[in-house]
Amino acid sequence: MNDFLFYIIVALVKIVIIANMILITVSYLVYFERKISAWTQNRVGPNRVGYLGLLQPFADVLKLLLKEDIVPKVANKFIHSMAPFIALFVAFTTYAVIPFGPSITLWGKEIPLMMADVNIGILYVLALTSIGVYAITFAGWSSGSKYSLLGGIRSSAQMISYEISMGFSIAGVLIFSQSLRPMEIVIAQHGWMWNAVLQPVGFLTFVVAAFAETNRLPFDLPEAEPELVGGYHTEYSSMKFAAFFLAEYANMIIGSAMIVTLYLGGWQFPYVETFGFSPAVTIGLQVGAFFVKMGALLFFFIWVRWSIPRFRYDQLMNIGWKVMFPLSLLNLIWAAILAMIMK
Amino acid sequence: MIESYIPIFLVFGFAILFSLAVVFSSSLFGPQRPNAEKMTTYESGVKPIGLANERVSVKYYLVAMLFIIFDLEVIFVYPWAVKFKSLYAQQGIQVFWAMIVFLTVFEVGFLYAFKKGGFKWD
Amino acid sequence: MEVILFAVFASIAVVSSVLVVTRRNPVIAALCLILNFGSLAGMYLLLSAQFIAVVQIIVYAGAIMVLFLFVLMLLRPDMERSFFRHDPLFKWAAIIVSVFTFLLLVYAIILTTFNAPILANHAKTIEIGTVEAIGKELFSNFLLPFEAIGFVLLSATVGAMLLSKKKLD
Repeated sequence: MNDFLFYIIVALVKIVIIANMILITVSYLVYFERKISAWTQNRVGPNRVGYLGLLQPFADVLKLLLKEDIVPKVANKFIHSMAPFIALFVAFTTYAVIPFGPSITLWGKEIPLMMADVNIGILYVLALTSIGVYAITFAGWSSGSKYSLLGGIRSSAQMISYEISMGFSIAGVLIFSQSLRPMEIVIAQHGWMWNAVLQPVGFLTFVVAAFAETNRLPFDLPEAEPELVGGYHTEYSSMKFAAFFLAEYANMIIGSAMIVTLYLGGWQFPYVETFGFSPAVTIGLQVGAFFVKMGALLFFFIWVRWSIPRFRYDQLMNIGWKVMFPLSLLNLIWAAILAMIMK
Repeated sequence: MIESYIPIFLVFGFAILFSLAVVFSSSLFGPQRPNAEKMTTYESGVKPIGLANERVSVKYYLVAMLFIIFDLEVIFVYPWAVKFKSLYAQQGIQVFWAMIVFLTVFEVGFLYAFKKGGFKWD
Repeated sequence: MEVILFAVFASIAVVSSVLVVTRRNPVIAALCLILNFGSLAGMYLLLSAQFIAVVQIIVYAGAIMVLFLFVLMLLRPDMERSFFRHDPLFKWAAIIVSVFTFLLLVYAIILTTFNAPILANHAKTIEIGTVEAIGKELFSNFLLPFEAIGFVLLSATVGAMLLSKKKLD
């Protein structure tokens, strides 16, 4: 029973730490998105609130908190509040299976640096991603606005189309890890045996699918401003809007963490064992490697957004079904052949 | 077994509480001054015409139907991918061809849908 | 522990399935159905069927319900009301079907022998539910049914295309 209590307490502590980490990262991701977009366009960006505008995220949250929550008369009130709830719920549960470091030993007990090392592992993320579609569908339907409905239904079709190539890309990774557990997927990529090196096509299709699933440019059709105003969140204001905003950035973080875990070796720091550091320093370097890789990918997400124009809807669906799906299938066969050769 | 899922249930509990707090915090702190104009939907500055329950194109249903089928296919690939290396060591190349046959049969359907214009958007 | 979790999942499942039937608004009913699928996945987990649990979410809650929702969005409230309200035949057909389904379930429960050996062999049960065990079984003993599934999915694809063909040509 004592062990069990320790287990629960460790889980709760991890929840508090990771949730706070996500919230802080989201705030500063928004800040950096604005700063990087400003640098791209030769502007200054937020610089008034605090030193270099560093307190801007808090000012934004406070502003949104004190705004009026407007729900259109024709909206279905219950579903209208359920949509941001689902979006946030999915964004704040997906991280549970992502390992950000190897196991550490505290008070004689081994604690893996992830929430739950479960057998279904990666499929848990896929299941939650498929639930995340409802946030957008419900938001679009319940608002009672034409823009919302069009944005919502377009976006759901987009997300389900790219889930297919995402699923096939993951299958290619599983051939090498021989397990669905993210921890073992990471361990299988020791040294330079990163899946991005072994199956670059799968890496490409997964990254593209991750962009489409997080509704980021060049796939942000659901909120294509020129045609759809705000897309599915046209009729959202105040903290409900903030919930969608928060969920989008949290999904970006989860997406980069997934890419790192599946393709870029997770917390693996190549050849760190040969440097001869003490175990604590080694673990620190490995956790650091995970966050450096993740940060680089987040920068890549923002960089792409401010450099590439948006696809047209027919182009987007064509890429999803006619290019990404066959490519991810070929990657699966390639991975199987590679596994047979490397045996 | 179920013990390893307890942290996930705790995460679920936390996420539900947190999301509810965020969604309903604005009705606690924000002002509530609704009026008829404010509560209409946005339609590029003109008065909204009709309701937003127009029928949508049949292509969306087709995509949803094809998604179910393709999703099932992906689900069948996972057990194969996870066991591929060990089954290859036991049975040899046969396990590779088993999946190739399955995928080929399935891809006939994909090509049929392709030729029929199922993925054509205009 | 497992009893508490079972009580939680079972009560969510019962409440949500009752709500699916009683809600007038079809989209709210669909939302409750998704919740119901989620709690069923929880119960599969309690039965150590981990892979089935996650497949339940991915396929039922994630794929099939999306199609349901797309169809529900097609319905117009005014047309749908006149279709459902004024036909007592539907009502009686529904009552008869549900009574017979209920009787069938009761019959199945009475016939089941809850034999102890399955419960005793706990470690073995956990092993069967994993994706590795399913993969091993599927590709050594059930290879032919697996290939047959390919043909079933092929026919489903063709069927989906034929259903919407008129609009596409």
